[in-house]
Amino acid sequence: MTTNSHDQDPGENEVTGRPGTFLTRPFAVFGRKVISWVDHMGAAAIFLGKACVMIFRPKQIPGIIQQIYYIGAKSITIIMLVGFFTGMVLGLQSYHALVKFGAQGALGTLVALSLVRELGPVLTAIMITARAGSAMTAEIGIQRISEQIDALDTMRIDPLKFLISPRIAASIISFPLLTALFDLIGILGGFLSGVVLLGVNAGTYFHRVQSSVEMKDITDGFIKALVFAVIVTTVCCYQGYFTHMRTDSYGAKGVSLSTTSAVVLSCVLILVADYVVTSFLI
Amino acid sequence: METPLIEFKNVTKRFGPRTILDQVNLRIYEGQVSTIIGKSGTGKSVLLKHIIGLLSPDEGSVLFRGNPIASLKKSEWDAYRVQISYMFQNNALFDSMTVHDNVALPLRQTMNLSKSEIERRVMARIEQTELAEVVYKYPSELSGGMQKRVALSRALVTDPTIVLFDEPTTGQDPIRKNAILAMIAEYQRKLGFTAILISHEIPDVFFISNRILALYDGKIVFQGTPEELDEFEHPFKDEVIQSLEGFQEELTGLYSQRHFKVRYQADLSRKRRDETYAIALFTLEELEAISNVLGHTAAQEIIRAMGAYIDKHFGAVGGFSTRHSINEFVTVLPYSDLDEAGRILEDFAKDFQDRGIRDIGSVAQKEANSAECIDFTILAGLAQGKPFVEMESIIEFAKFRQQEIARFQCELRR
Repeated sequence: MTTNSHDQDPGENEVTGRPGTFLTRPFAVFGRKVISWVDHMGAAAIFLGKACVMIFRPKQIPGIIQQIYYIGAKSITIIMLVGFFTGMVLGLQSYHALVKFGAQGALGTLVALSLVRELGPVLTAIMITARAGSAMTAEIGIQRISEQIDALDTMRIDPLKFLISPRIAASIISFPLLTALFDLIGILGGFLSGVVLLGVNAGTYFHRVQSSVEMKDITDGFIKALVFAVIVTTVCCYQGYFTHMRTDSYGAKGVSLSTTSAVVLSCVLILVADYVVTSFLI
Repeated sequence: METPLIEFKNVTKRFGPRTILDQVNLRIYEGQVSTIIGKSGTGKSVLLKHIIGLLSPDEGSVLFRGNPIASLKKSEWDAYRVQISYMFQNNALFDSMTVHDNVALPLRQTMNLSKSEIERRVMARIEQTELAEVVYKYPSELSGGMQKRVALSRALVTDPTIVLFDEPTTGQDPIRKNAILAMIAEYQRKLGFTAILISHEIPDVFFISNRILALYDGKIVFQGTPEELDEFEHPFKDEVIQSLEGFQEELTGLYSQRHFKVRYQADLSRKRRDETYAIALFTLEELEAISNVLGHTAAQEIIRAMGAYIDKHFGAVGGFSTRHSINEFVTVLPYSDLDEAGRILEDFAKDFQDRGIRDIGSVAQKEANSAECIDFTILAGLAQGKPFVEMESIIEFAKFRQQEIARFQCELRR
């Protein structure tokens, strides 16, 4: 059956589909997604830029200290726990690999470099995302849907200055410190599994740790931690701040989806950024 | 002609395909209480958000002292915003902060005040809104009414010159509703700010409003005094006013003003031209002083108890009453001439002085937010009514003839 396209309502083509539409639709959908991504990236960059400038405005210190407590101090336990078991697993796996070559003496080197250069910053960032990042998105999202952010506006309090800047500053301070703690506890975990349980010489272990880790390794790890701090905080705060702009859901459901998106996106971006930063630093 | 403080000129606002405000024109004058009334979901809050700049019009303009706010320079805009405070419909309190911190927030963040000055201002507002007992509780630990009062404290703590109240009495019991309205009226008189209210509390809100603005089908169909609204003929009146104004006034249980007038007209139409009736006007003196000493809730409790007492006494002899203003009651005695009404009033005055005023005083003392006591008096005046004479002029005459019928004295109480 043939139809005269001139008789059709323009909108009808999208429903019934013409051969041309069938071929171009995937590109159109992809194009819209890309434009939306670029749009969000630009908005997030402006969001970050404005929030960073406002860190240096007056009356920010109490808010920053409070956020260091929430993001940093309250994450210490989980970071120590994860760091300790990561170090233990690393010690265990590395020992069984190294012993095949009779190189178990290099266990300290392997554990320390893996943690300081790679696992420390990445796992710390992921753990903080799960613990504090999700809380940031949920809290800011709820403040948005319950008009608390509008209330700030009406009181002439800049919401970016009051809500976002202290979190970014606190993350920039907390991430490297927690990464350092993760590295330290991880090395002790490797000591427990490699030295105490599997019998590697304790002196050798610590000597290798000391001799193999250079200042550059530690600096690179901190640079990564700083990059991850900015990424995690920006993504989590942005998702919460603009939760009302979601078109797929509203209210509490919108906040829950924003929180999920924030955590997933942060984790993916941490791994992507890890590769990019490593390739620049190595 | 006086330049309005805020003026809307052909303001249109759309959300997607829905037109919420359609060519809205309105004027708000300085130092007045202007109340916006209308059905739920007709854009009253949207209208208010245009004033504070949370929303901007798709068409038309909002003017501040004759200047479009959209074209204000940054410094002018900041100066404009400093003057405005907004009380949200759902309070918008920070639930992770205590009552104290919520109220202190705008002072801490936007003003360079010493800690002691912030503390003084915050505690003054908290005490005025009767929240001293919950000062270190979180909003989620408070009742809806208390949360409303926290939002009210926060809105007033910066001493603004324009205050926007988005349904400030929603979720309150009748006494608290009237206490909040009385509080707004009192602050408005004391501080001289311009109040713009959204309210459904008809007729209670009329007692404190200088101007009423009626929003209907996206347009302002009426703006004028509450008295002018009486004469206004429009479908809005049937659909909105009559649906919002109950048969009885919530606080006192007396006839609402509209139903009082309906009953008055019905009784009048049955009378011959030479038949007379009597109207009594009761006034509670020193209402403002009572509010200041005992608190607004106690003051409203006195109003409620007084209304109930009048209704009980005069209802038994066929009379019917309404609240005429914030502290006045009118009673019609349709079957009594002036002499008989005088005797009824004498009985009432005796009973009221012996028992009524003591009961009212003790009820108020229970609700009072201090152990202090205050003397107050009740005045009453009678006037003879005739079918062809306007009720308002009879009430005026009754007011002219008012004299003291009862006095509450703190010394006697002790």
